[in-house]
Amino acid sequence: MELVVALLTSALVLSGAAFALVAAIGLNRLPDIYSRMHAASKAGTVGSGLLLLAVGLQSGEIAVLARALAGFFFFVLTAPVSAHLLAMASLKAGYSMANQSVCNEMPVVNNE
Amino acid sequence: MNMSGMTFAQTILHASIWIALAVLAVAFLLTVWRVVKGPTLPDRVVALDMLVGIVIGFIALIAIRTGFTLYIDIAIALGLVGFLATVAFARFILASAVEKPEGVSEAKPEVMGAARKGKSRKASPKAAAKTAGKITGKSNEKLASKTADKTVPKSGTKTPGKSARSTRSSKPGKGE
Repeated sequence: MELVVALLTSALVLSGAAFALVAAIGLNRLPDIYSRMHAASKAGTVGSGLLLLAVGLQSGEIAVLARALAGFFFFVLTAPVSAHLLAMASLKAGYSMANQSVCNEMPVVNNE
Repeated sequence: MNMSGMTFAQTILHASIWIALAVLAVAFLLTVWRVVKGPTLPDRVVALDMLVGIVIGFIALIAIRTGFTLYIDIAIALGLVGFLATVAFARFILASAVEKPEGVSEAKPEVMGAARKGKSRKASPKAAAKTAGKITGKSNEKLASKTADKTVPKSGTKTPGKSARSTRSSKPGKGE
C-alpha cells in the first residue's frame, strides 16, 4: 500500500514538473503574447495543480486531500479569468499579433 | 542521503522529488528569462503569472519532502495573491490603453514607443525587433492619424494612401 501511494505520488510529481517545464519552454518559444498565454495558463496551471494533488495524495489524510483539491479547483477557476483579462487588455492596448498569425477574429475591439 | 534506512517506496519518492525540483528549477529559470527579455509589458505579466505557478509547485514539493501539509494553505494564499496581481496588471494595461485614444497627451505614445523599442533592441535584436517594430509602427501610425485629424478635421485624404492595415488603426481617430 505504501509502495502504491509512493509510486502514484512520484508519477504525479514528475508529470507536474514536466508540465511546468513544457509551459516554460512554450513561454520562450511561442511568437507573441496571445500564444504565450496558452502555454502559461494551461500547462502551467496543470503543472502546479498536479503537484498539489501529489501533496494531498501522499499525506493520506482526507482533510489535506480536500484542501489540495480545493487549491487545484481554485487555480483551474482563476487561470482562465486572468488570462482572458490580460488578453483583452493587451488587445485593447494595441499589442499586435505575430507575423505568422493567420486569423484575427476580433478586429472590432480595437475601435470600441 | 541515508539510503539504507529508507524503504523502497521512500527511496523512489525521494529520487522523484529531487528530479522534480531540478526540472522546476529549469522551468523557473526559463520563465525568469522571459520576464527579463519579454519585449512587451503583457509578456512580462504572463511570465510573472507563470512564475507564481512554478513557486506553488516548489511549495508543494517542499510540503511532500518535509511532511508539513500546512504548506498547502500557503500555496493557496500565494495563488490568490498571484491572481489578484495579474488582474491588477491587466487593469493597468487597460488603463494605459484607454488613455491613449483620448489624446490627453500628444507626445506620450511616441515617447513610450521609443523607449520600448530601445529597450527591446538592447535585449534581443533579432526576435524583439519584429514585434517592437510593429507596435511602435502602429502607435506612430495612430499618432499620425490623430494629428492629421486634429489639423484637418474630416479629411479623407489620408486613407487611400495607406494600406489595409492602417484602416483598422485609423478608426479610433475617426471616432474621436
